[in-house]
Amino acid sequence: MQEALVKFKSRYWPDHLLGEILSKRWTETAIPMIVLIVVAIALSNAIPGFLSTASLGDTARQAGEIGFVVLGIALVVIVGGIDLSVGSMFALCDFCALYCLNVLNWPVPAVIVATIACGALLGSINGILIGYLRLRAFITTLITLIIFRSAYDLLLVGNSVKIASSMPDFPLWDFLGGGDVFGIPSVALLYVVVAIFGHIFLTRLRPGWHITAIGGSRRSAYNSGIPVRRTIALCYVASGALTAIGALFFAARLGTVGGDVGVGLEVTVLTATVLGGITLGGGKGSVAKALAGTLIVLLITNGLTTLSVRGGYNRMVLASILLIAATIDIRWLKNRNRIISKVYVAPAYHYLPPPPSTEIGKGGPFEQNDKLRDVSLIGLGRIEAPEDVILDRHDNLYAGSRHGDIMKFYAPDYERMEVFAHIGGQPLGMAFDCNDNLYCCIGGMGLYRIAPDGKVEKATDETNRSLWSVNDDSRLRLADDLDIADDGRIFFSEATVRYEMDEWPVDGLEARGNGRIICYDPNSNTTRTVLRGLKFPNGIAIASDRQSILFAETFGCSIKRYWFDGPKSGKVEVVMDNLPGYPDNINLASDGNYWLALVGMRSPALDLAWRMPDFRRRMGKRLPVDEWLFPNINTGCVVKFNEQGQILESFWDLGGVNHPMITSMREHRGHLYLGGIANNRIGRFKLEGADPNFVQYDKRWGKQA
Amino acid sequence: MALSRVSQQGIVLGIFAVMFVAFVVFLPGFFTTANMLTLLQNVSVLGILGLAMAIVVIGRGIDISLIAVLAVPPGLVLQMVQDGSSLPAALSVALLLAVAFGVFNGWLIAYAEVPALFTTLASGLFLAGFGQAALFSLDVVQWSPGMQGFEWLGQGRLLGVPLPIIVFALACLLVAFLLRSTRPGAYIYAVGDNPNTARVTGIPTRPIIVLQYVLAALIGCFAGLVMASSVNSMPTRIFNSTMIYDVILVVVLGGIGLSGGRGGVLNVVIGTLLIGTMLNGMTIMDVSYSGQNLVKGVVLLIAVIADSFVNPRNEETAQQGDI
Repeated sequence: MQEALVKFKSRYWPDHLLGEILSKRWTETAIPMIVLIVVAIALSNAIPGFLSTASLGDTARQAGEIGFVVLGIALVVIVGGIDLSVGSMFALCDFCALYCLNVLNWPVPAVIVATIACGALLGSINGILIGYLRLRAFITTLITLIIFRSAYDLLLVGNSVKIASSMPDFPLWDFLGGGDVFGIPSVALLYVVVAIFGHIFLTRLRPGWHITAIGGSRRSAYNSGIPVRRTIALCYVASGALTAIGALFFAARLGTVGGDVGVGLEVTVLTATVLGGITLGGGKGSVAKALAGTLIVLLITNGLTTLSVRGGYNRMVLASILLIAATIDIRWLKNRNRIISKVYVAPAYHYLPPPPSTEIGKGGPFEQNDKLRDVSLIGLGRIEAPEDVILDRHDNLYAGSRHGDIMKFYAPDYERMEVFAHIGGQPLGMAFDCNDNLYCCIGGMGLYRIAPDGKVEKATDETNRSLWSVNDDSRLRLADDLDIADDGRIFFSEATVRYEMDEWPVDGLEARGNGRIICYDPNSNTTRTVLRGLKFPNGIAIASDRQSILFAETFGCSIKRYWFDGPKSGKVEVVMDNLPGYPDNINLASDGNYWLALVGMRSPALDLAWRMPDFRRRMGKRLPVDEWLFPNINTGCVVKFNEQGQILESFWDLGGVNHPMITSMREHRGHLYLGGIANNRIGRFKLEGADPNFVQYDKRWGKQA
Repeated sequence: MALSRVSQQGIVLGIFAVMFVAFVVFLPGFFTTANMLTLLQNVSVLGILGLAMAIVVIGRGIDISLIAVLAVPPGLVLQMVQDGSSLPAALSVALLLAVAFGVFNGWLIAYAEVPALFTTLASGLFLAGFGQAALFSLDVVQWSPGMQGFEWLGQGRLLGVPLPIIVFALACLLVAFLLRSTRPGAYIYAVGDNPNTARVTGIPTRPIIVLQYVLAALIGCFAGLVMASSVNSMPTRIFNSTMIYDVILVVVLGGIGLSGGRGGVLNVVIGTLLIGTMLNGMTIMDVSYSGQNLVKGVVLLIAVIADSFVNPRNEETAQQGDI
């Protein structure tokens, strides 16, 4: 009863979603957004008409002006600096705009250009000092704050009356200051455009990535060849130019050059930046965060002004909200990864009946023996992690290595070894197509094609994204094994969509159907997912009818058959289940049956734990990873089975010395070649009574050497 | 060896010496005892604040709320005495307020791990708002008869030397003793130099950070008392001024790196003297306030640029997150 409940919950309760949602980058912005919503709701309750169109329009105007400055400072903070001089630059740009317009009587477009140029120039002073002379940003912009401010004050002395006395009337200028399009203020429109560009710039374009990289680690960025100094300098220039845009709208709206223009603006803007969640020190930040921070600060200050709170209380409320929001935000950012690592593993209920016996003397097809004791070894100590092995029709042997190479051993003695192709990722399953191209699944990279001359090409590294999955499952994380149909379509398994290759045992601990079978069609160069929700699908072999594949589910401990063509197209049938171990690769045998590698044997402890998801969840939360209960992969065997699901023979190495771990095997001219992902050798085992002329390639593609 | 090891402190000292000599030679009325004392008296409050800031900056923090703590607790003393409390009672309440404020700052920075710049920005705003809203009836809190005798702290003379100078000197000695000869002082350096190492070594980093801000608040409060007693009132609007930037300049120019763990009281003295000399000379030359600020800024910039040439930083030596 209780177990039925556990099973029910595990099947229908979307346990895994929490961790997946939390690992999305946008959840970092969640706290500022929540604060923003809470503030907006609270204020609209306290102030009638707070969210009216007129009030919103006014807020949007101010938000636009300050928003530009926040965007600029956000850029500078992301690159790892700070710009305290924005308030003074704002004042100087405001002065520049009004002086050009009112005193020099320039046309409006010229004023706009001049003001932005003025801002960029002021910013470039900061940029040269900090970027090229490598002064400290804080102290430098503090000094330029004082210099710019006193320059502004000195300029005001002679000119404020002149500016105030003339009031030129230009439609374009008025549009900047008070115009709108369909009720949206001009400044807000431009802000939206700039913000969208800024978002694309920061997330999609190379210079934006450079900025984030420099903020994240200046030294690494420098050592990887990013023009650190220029990029930093340009960020300050951009900050100046954006400040100038804000000042331009401010000048158009108010048209004044008071002594207090921009005083304390740096505090407001910094507050917005930090509240939005842009980390001081660099490397983290986005346009959305800058926007959220701007709106929070502005809503609070405007709301409090509207409520006509006394100056002192106003400050207290503002300060309290700032501190509370910042504290929550910082705790959240700090603990987010810890929470993710605790909740990401979401174990499911997985029941297996007691396994068939493998003990000596008990009989049965899995009875242990010592047949593999006398395998001869190829490449001992010279190859690492040959997950799969394959032979071409000239008897040469290929195997993957941990270093991202495919190694080739030359017939007849397999002593000479050379790098056949360098790919860069761990090669897993391999298969030849009818044109002697070697297709190979590369863990973490996808499906690759290696031409006979060793040229490497990517076949595919993505498939269609599932509609309802939270994780982006379009990228291939762990392509595992493949086989090729008659028309050239390639069916390959992806073991899990929730974990990276090095975390594959964690997927076993979770025992959730995270894997899938994917079909790549080289004729149309398309990739589609054909089967989902499999428990670590692994080995794949085309069945004898050429219309179906046999595939192994490692943690499902079963072999299934899937029809991709013919009358049973789309159907899945179980060939064998409740295997005593974890099945890995499947390959053709000379007598028409199939070889299957069992990479490890089941243990009662894990079988029991698989029925107890809560126990495993507790284990995942309370214990360090290296103390978790994992599937055993230390010892295994090779078995031969037929399509009816009968085990015909099994081969063991009891001592575990000569060939302890087996993930793959190929039959070739009367021998069985054995690969193992934890091994430093390839095994070669003489098969008694096997066809001495059997070559898988010839059998499959009907060619003769 | 000697030339290549010139520190920022040395450069600032050099600029100070050049400027001082220039003023002595070209500026009549500068090098008189009376003017020297005025110069020192004018910068003594700034210097005391610089000591507070130095403690925090050495511990890799920053305290923007110093001006609020300079204005509000001393203002409270004046207000309470005006309302009829006794001076000792008012003083103890103000000191308690300062300590509580320091603990609050320190707790947020050390335990809640909010960046110091942001914490003190907001908490200063809070304290100023609190003073404005709940404590003071007027922006300028006036001296009252109950404060009789206390103005000696700001206006008295000892052996002909104005008391603020002596107070500054005493504060320097006290802070120097704290930083150089006591265990907490050594811990502050350790925490500022490398917080992670300090924590691993077993230093109670978080309590030490709280201690820094409590000390800063107390010294700031003390500076406020000196200031109030020298002008016989407490202009609480001083919070709105840019004085905090002057304090930071004193500290950083003197050679205390914002990255923490470097510098000492001597640096504060040098920075204070430079700013004081500059402002005094320009006042004698009758330069406008804005003009003074402009010149101040340019000189500071030159000092910082000179430092960058003598002690170049590049991408390899720069410390991550040191802004």
